[in-house]
Amino acid sequence: MIKETRITLKNVGKINPESIDDYIAAGGYAGLKKALKMEPFSIIDEVLEAGLRGRGGAGFSTGTKKKFTSKSCLTCPQRYVVVNADEGEPGTFKDRVIMENDPHLYIEGTIIAAFSINATKGFIYLRGEYTGSIDKTRKAIAAAYERGFLGKNILDSGFDFDLELKLGAGSYLCGEELTMLESLEGKRGHPRIKPPFPAEKGVFGAPTLVNNVETLSNVPLIIANGKDWYRQFGTERSPGTKIFTISGKVKNPGYYEVEMGVSLRELIWDLAGGMSGDKPFKAALLGGAAGTFVDASMLDERMTYDNLREKGATLGSGAVIVMEEGDSVYNILHNCLRFFKHESCGKCVPCRVGTSMLVKGTEKLRNGVPDKRALLDQMVHESEIMAATSLCPLGQSPILPLKSAARYFAEDLLI
Amino acid sequence: MSTKQILEKFEPRRQNLLMILHALQDNHPQNYLTEEALGETAKHLKLTKSSVYGVAKYYTMFSLKPRGKFVIRVCVSAVCELMKGQEVIGHLENVLGIKSGETTPCGTFTLEIAECLGQCQEAPSMMINEKVFNHLDEQKIREVITEYRKW
Ligand SMILES: Cc1cc2nc3c(=O)[nH]c(=O)nc-3n(C[C@H](O)[C@H](O)[C@H](O)COP(=O)(O)O)c2cc1C
Ligand code: FES
Repeated sequence: MIKETRITLKNVGKINPESIDDYIAAGGYAGLKKALKMEPFSIIDEVLEAGLRGRGGAGFSTGTKKKFTSKSCLTCPQRYVVVNADEGEPGTFKDRVIMENDPHLYIEGTIIAAFSINATKGFIYLRGEYTGSIDKTRKAIAAAYERGFLGKNILDSGFDFDLELKLGAGSYLCGEELTMLESLEGKRGHPRIKPPFPAEKGVFGAPTLVNNVETLSNVPLIIANGKDWYRQFGTERSPGTKIFTISGKVKNPGYYEVEMGVSLRELIWDLAGGMSGDKPFKAALLGGAAGTFVDASMLDERMTYDNLREKGATLGSGAVIVMEEGDSVYNILHNCLRFFKHESCGKCVPCRVGTSMLVKGTEKLRNGVPDKRALLDQMVHESEIMAATSLCPLGQSPILPLKSAARYFAEDLLI
Repeated sequence: MSTKQILEKFEPRRQNLLMILHALQDNHPQNYLTEEALGETAKHLKLTKSSVYGVAKYYTMFSLKPRGKFVIRVCVSAVCELMKGQEVIGHLENVLGIKSGETTPCGTFTLEIAECLGQCQEAPSMMINEKVFNHLDEQKIREVITEYRKW
């Protein structure tokens, strides 16, 4: 029987999110105080050696990203930190839990990150529909300014950092980092061609560190307690904890923070109370729409970035959508493909046309084409072409749910 | 507040465009961006009117036509569908007597669809303006709408 290991969620429900004093009394801003006395490069090294990986979905080493950003374009007058708080992946609500319950934690992490790469300006890009998170974040920023954790000469360290809240306006694609930078500049949410990466040429053309809310929430803990403390959690290659958001047909849907490396079975039965009805487990969609379906054969696999990738699945944002016998994988796949069609920005042809073709194809599977198998193969092929030729990762995503559904649940798609 | 007063709160830089559009839309009793507002914004930021229009049109939270006092956003993403969310739209259409995308003739409600609202643990979900409603079924929908009708 596994239990939760709450480190980033340790204050949730225990402190008043609107009280900076509560946060400080619970040990908050200790990481920042310590960081400001360290050399910026040793902060980066600490995060690097702690092995923290990006919690926004891709699992890229946070320390490495900081290193790149701190070293790129040394003559640039300004560098930036951008907090990705645009959480929009279906089935995902971990960042909302942090922002609504403990907003100072990720703000503290942002300030430390800024100090480590010498950024004097930062933006939080928060999705416009998240009214609760917006309210709590706005108040937390104001309180942090009041106490001298933000602004000029932070805690007499000589370091200046301004943090500004910016709101999204209903575009999933703006959660993609380069698109987010366009949006921050006040433009339509169209992706940029990569490279250059944000570390080289980010917002306003300056070196920019883009990190997810959950990623940044780990940073104060790593600095305050040290990398060895952090590495006691999780696995060698995926250290630390991860917040999983479990939804669908389980008894206790919700958010659970666990050490990296637990299994899907443990998540569903030990934490989420098992299946909600009498019917057995059928499928889980891991990582949301840009995620993969798995069947019961995957229940005992370790949920780490690398292990799941090796098995052809994804950890992604940590969304776990559970389906029971009798639920239709076809319907949920159709929903995901419809989602991509709706969110495609239309800039590049493979994604604009491809996302529409996949929705049409899926609908044809139900409207009696003579050879359904051939149609499904054709759709998978189309999604491969999209993955190879689309300009940004949105067009590269439909292949994930489609191929995995075809692999595990062909009978659902072909009836 | 007048459009001018709102615009004056923002430095005239393009990076403030989305925040300006949010503020102008929130300020309008019909929850939308008027031609006049877009024009004034363009002038304030020294942008062409078409580029301001292009941005307003791109983002689904912005509306260029009048909406009701209460904008209802119903989640149609995967978890809500799995938890019988498709029925929510139908119930709302029945109760309000309009189709998705429309506004009631009295100007009280606009019905829209939205993608995952991050409430999946209590799906199916919707928002009315700033407020979230979860675990929706026919009865709860009727109750909520009756409550809002009193305003
Ligand atoms: C279509 C799309 C949507 C995304 N949405 C989000 C999001 O809502 N939140 C997020 O943190 N990352 C999102 N990402 C990932 C970001 O591009 C980026 O990898 C992340 O912000 C990096 O931060 P991290 O290294 O801390 O994970 C999205 C990516 C894609 C392709
Ligand atoms: S899928 Fe509807 S709230 Fe997440």
